[in-house]
Amino acid sequence: MKELLVILISSALVNNVVLSQFLGLCPFLGVSKKIETAAGMGGAVICVITLSSFVTGLIYKFILVPTGLEYLQTIVFILIIAALVQFVEMFLKKCIPSLYQALGVYLPLITTNCAVLGVALNNVQDNYSILEGTVNGFATAVGFTIAIVLMAGIREKIEYNDIPKAFQGFPVVLLTAGLMAIAFFGFSGLI
Amino acid sequence: MKANTPSERLVNGIIKENPTFVLMLGMCPTLAVTTSAVNGIGMGLTTTAVLAASNLMISLLRKFIPDGVRMPAFIVVVASFVTIVQMLLEGFIPSLYDSLGIYIPLIVVNCIILGRAEAYASKNPPLPSLFDGIGMGLGFTLSITCIGAVRELIGAGQIFGRQILPLADAAAGTAGYEPVTIFILAPGAFFVLAMLSAIQNKFKLGAAKRGIDPSNPDACGGACASCGNSMCKGKRG
Repeated sequence: MKELLVILISSALVNNVVLSQFLGLCPFLGVSKKIETAAGMGGAVICVITLSSFVTGLIYKFILVPTGLEYLQTIVFILIIAALVQFVEMFLKKCIPSLYQALGVYLPLITTNCAVLGVALNNVQDNYSILEGTVNGFATAVGFTIAIVLMAGIREKIEYNDIPKAFQGFPVVLLTAGLMAIAFFGFSGLI
Repeated sequence: MKANTPSERLVNGIIKENPTFVLMLGMCPTLAVTTSAVNGIGMGLTTTAVLAASNLMISLLRKFIPDGVRMPAFIVVVASFVTIVQMLLEGFIPSLYDSLGIYIPLIVVNCIILGRAEAYASKNPPLPSLFDGIGMGLGFTLSITCIGAVRELIGAGQIFGRQILPLADAAAGTAGYEPVTIFILAPGAFFVLAMLSAIQNKFKLGAAKRGIDPSNPDACGGACASCGNSMCKGKRG
């Protein structure tokens, strides 16, 4: 139980996927203009990463390891993730249309989100059990959501600031991300 | 220069459509592995190898892959090459394999590779596609090596592991360069890239004044929503 708590805190805050591991930067920079869309993306990412780290954990342990095909992990994982995203999309469309309406546009984008594949590979590399892997996936996704929502909040305010012309758009967002990364260093004392 | 000749593709990839500075593709490895110039070169050349091989293969297969399943098919081709490269690195350059770590398998989801497959290799003959891959890869290598060198110089006073700025030595009482360690940590990556893209914006503003359209050529395969390039035309709607 204690190990799970440590994994939860370390993946969500201390080793934040976006700000210290640089995974999932594309959506972090691309869909962080408004808080609502950022939260939507965060929700979709939490669903997909938790599910995918569970499924990839299962498949790695019960199919790839017994058959000695560990070296195929990259190919297998990316296909699983692509299929899973499609499946989650169909499931939501059929069963929870309101949630589908809210998350719909973000779901297909998640396949190319490197955080999803990154978590799956990390779980294998760190020899996590399936439960630990799933918790790690969930925590990573929560960390992603925290970062992207904070970023969106800051960007909504930045809109009204007087920024030098060359820094408008992408550069100022990167600078903000850098400052946030420094702030997240503060969490490293937690563990 | 005539379009679609090998030399034109090389120049296009390295300068005109440089994937990092002009197209802003593949940001994750750009920020993550550029803690030193050597890492930058290693990552860049690994990506180049995968990009050239996958472009060639996809171009050869372009008439056989049905349109409906082309994305999954491309992903499988890219993932196979990444696995091969990963095994080669593990076998022959274990030090690089260790320092790049998880970012080697993550080359699969590097948007430069799928972007070029979709935008160029799936529509053009094998030879130009191969050179397009090499050009783009070299452009990527060049840019991330530069970023790595800047970060290494400011963060440790070194370039390619060679001490350029003599460090201060408290024990011997000599004055010297005080490394700004934060530049080799995570935040430094954001700061260096912010500065570089601000410089690039400056040039684009100048170009726009002279009447040149600074918007992106369609090189990313139209995957606008997943890409972070705020300068792209499709993004501004």
